[in-house]
Amino acid sequence: MSENALLETHDVRVRYHDTHDALRNINLTFCPGEVTALIGPSGCGKSTFLRCLNLMNREIPHCHIDGEIDYHGQNINTKKQNLYDVRRNIGMVFQSPNPFRKSIYDNIAFAPRQHGIKDRARLDEIVEQSLRRAALWDEVKDVLNKSAYALSGGQRQRLCIARTLAMNPEVVLMDEPCSALDPISTHAIEETIGAIKAEGICVIIVTHNIEQAARISDKTAFFLLGDCIEWNTTEVIFNNPHDQRTKDYLTGRFG
Amino acid sequence: MNDSTLVNNMPNRSATSSGTLHNRANGTRPQDSTRLTKGQIERGGKTLTGICVGIVLITLASLIVMVTAKGLSTFISDGISPIAFLTGQVWDPHTLDASGLPTVGALPMIVGSFAVTLLSCAIVIPFAVGSAIYAVEVNPRFGRRFFRPALELLVGIPSVVFGLVGLTILVPLIRNISGGTGYGILAGSLVLAVMVLPTVTSLVIDALESVPAPYRQSSAALGGTRWQTIWHIVLRSATPGILTAVVLGMARAFGEALAVQMVIGNAPAMPTSLTQPASTLTSILTMNMGNEAMNTVYNDVLWSLALILLVMSLIFILIVHFIGRKSEVKHD
Ligand SMILES: Nc1ncnc2c1ncn2[C@@H]1O[C@H](COP(=O)(O)OP(=O)(O)OP(=O)(O)O)[C@@H](O)[C@H]1O
Ligand SMILES: [Mg+2]
Repeated sequence: MSENALLETHDVRVRYHDTHDALRNINLTFCPGEVTALIGPSGCGKSTFLRCLNLMNREIPHCHIDGEIDYHGQNINTKKQNLYDVRRNIGMVFQSPNPFRKSIYDNIAFAPRQHGIKDRARLDEIVEQSLRRAALWDEVKDVLNKSAYALSGGQRQRLCIARTLAMNPEVVLMDEPCSALDPISTHAIEETIGAIKAEGICVIIVTHNIEQAARISDKTAFFLLGDCIEWNTTEVIFNNPHDQRTKDYLTGRFG
Repeated sequence: MNDSTLVNNMPNRSATSSGTLHNRANGTRPQDSTRLTKGQIERGGKTLTGICVGIVLITLASLIVMVTAKGLSTFISDGISPIAFLTGQVWDPHTLDASGLPTVGALPMIVGSFAVTLLSCAIVIPFAVGSAIYAVEVNPRFGRRFFRPALELLVGIPSVVFGLVGLTILVPLIRNISGGTGYGILAGSLVLAVMVLPTVTSLVIDALESVPAPYRQSSAALGGTRWQTIWHIVLRSATPGILTAVVLGMARAFGEALAVQMVIGNAPAMPTSLTQPASTLTSILTMNMGNEAMNTVYNDVLWSLALILLVMSLIFILIVHFIGRKSEVKHD
C-alpha cells in the first residue's frame, strides 16, 4: 500500500462467459502525476484490465470482475457504485479516433453539458482550455463549428483526448491511442501525455510500441496470458528485468 | 470502360508468359479458346443486363410520359384552368359551370390526402421511435428475436386487411364517441398509421442500429448515462435515417388507396372536421376511374389527379435523397 496511491487494484480477476479467465490476480498501484505503461503480447488482457478501471467492462453483459478496485481508497467494484461518477473522474481514450458526428465544439462540450454545465461562457472556457491541453487549439480555433470529421486522424485523436480532459478527470486511461497514427501525430500525443502528467493527472496507457513505453512512462507493467508478470519502474523493467519472460518479450524473442 | 480493360489485361499478362512456355512444349495455344469464351460471356452478360435496364427504363419513362400527357390534357385540350383545378373547392364533374366545363375543384381531395398523411405520421413517429429505442437500446435480445420478425410479418399484411379492420372496429368506435357516421379523416389516418407503423419502425430500427458502437462507448466513457447517450448521441446520429423512414412512410400513406377508401367516406367535400366524411386523391381515383369513358373531360381530370400523386411521390423521393446527401456532405 503506497501512501499517495490514487487507484489500486487488489486481486482483480476477470472472466468472460463464466469460463474464460481473461485476467488473474492483478495487483497494481497508480499514483497522481505518474504515467504507467501496460505492455504485453496481443490478447494478454491489457485492454480488459484498462476497462476494469473505469468499469467500462460493466457494459459487457457476460463479463465478470472480481476483486477490489480502490479509487481514493474506496472500492468502486461494487454493485452500488455509480458508474457515471467513476467515469467522470477516470476518463478513457480509445484506440480508434471516434469523435461524435457533431461539431468540434459540441464534441468537447458533450461531457460538461451532461454533467450539468449550461452556461455558454463557462463552456467556451472549458472548450478552449481542453483543446489547449491537447495541443489542438491553434489548429481548430477558427473552425470550432465544423464537423469533427473534417479533421485528420491525428487531430481527431487529440480531439478525443481533449473531450476526455473536458471532464477534468484525475485519471486518463488510453488504449493504444497512437496505433493508428503517423509519427508526427504520435509525437504530439506523447507531448500531451507529458503535459497532463505534469498537471498531476495519472495516465495509464496500453501500448504495443516498446520505445513509446520507454519514452513516456514512469512505471511499466508486463502482462502475459492474463497474468501481470512484472511491474516496476520503467527503468528497471527495461534495463534490468527480474523475470526472464519480460526480458524475452522486450528483446523480441517472443510471439 | 477503363476498369474492364484493366481487369482483362491482368490475367492475360501472366497467361502470355506461361503460355509461351506451353507453346514451345506442344505447339498448341490452349489459352486462346478460354480467353475467347470469357470475352463472349462478358459481352453476352453485358448485353443481357443492358436489355433488362433498357426495358425497365422504357417502362418507367412511358409511364411517366403517359400520366403526364393525360394529366396535362385536362388543361391543354379541355381548357380547364390549372389554378381553378388546384384551388377549386367544389368537385362536381357532372355539373357544367358557366363556360360549359365540368366543375372540377380538386382542393378537397388534395387537402384530404395531405391531412391523412400528416396526421398518420404524427401518430406513427412517437410509437415508431419509442419502440425502436426499446428494441435496439433497452432490450436488444427481445428486439432481434421477437420484435423484428413480428414487424416483418406485419409489413406483409395486404392493405385491404387494415381497411377491413378499420371499417369493422374504428368506424363504429368513432361513430359512438363523436357522433356522425364515423367515416372521415380520423378513421383514415388511424388506419394508415397502423398500416405504415411496421415499415417505419423497421426503418427506424435500422437507423438506430447503424449508429456505430464506438459512439455509445465513448459516451459511456465520458460519464453519459444511458438516456443521455440515447438522446444526445444515438438519436442525433440517427436523425437522417429516422427522417428518411418517416418520409418513406409518408409516401406510402399518401399513395395508399384501398385502405383509406374503405374508411374515409369518400365525400368529395372540403373537410371541415376530422370525423366528417372526406376523400383523398387516391380514393376518388379508384372510386371513379372504372366508370368514366376514355377521353371524356372527366376521365382526363382523373388523370390529372394521378399526375398530382406522381409529382408528390417524386417530391418524397427527392426529399429522401436530399436528406441522405446532406448528412453525407456535413460529415465527410
Ligand atoms: N468482449 C469480450 N468477450 C469475450 N472475450 C473477450 C472480450 N474482450 C476480450 N476478450 C478476451 O479476453 C482476452 C484478453 O483480451 P484483451 O482485449 O484484453 O487483450 P489485449 O491485451 O488488449 O490484446 P491486444 O493487444 O490485441 O489489444 C482475450 O483472450 C480475448 O479473447
Ligand atoms: Mg487491446
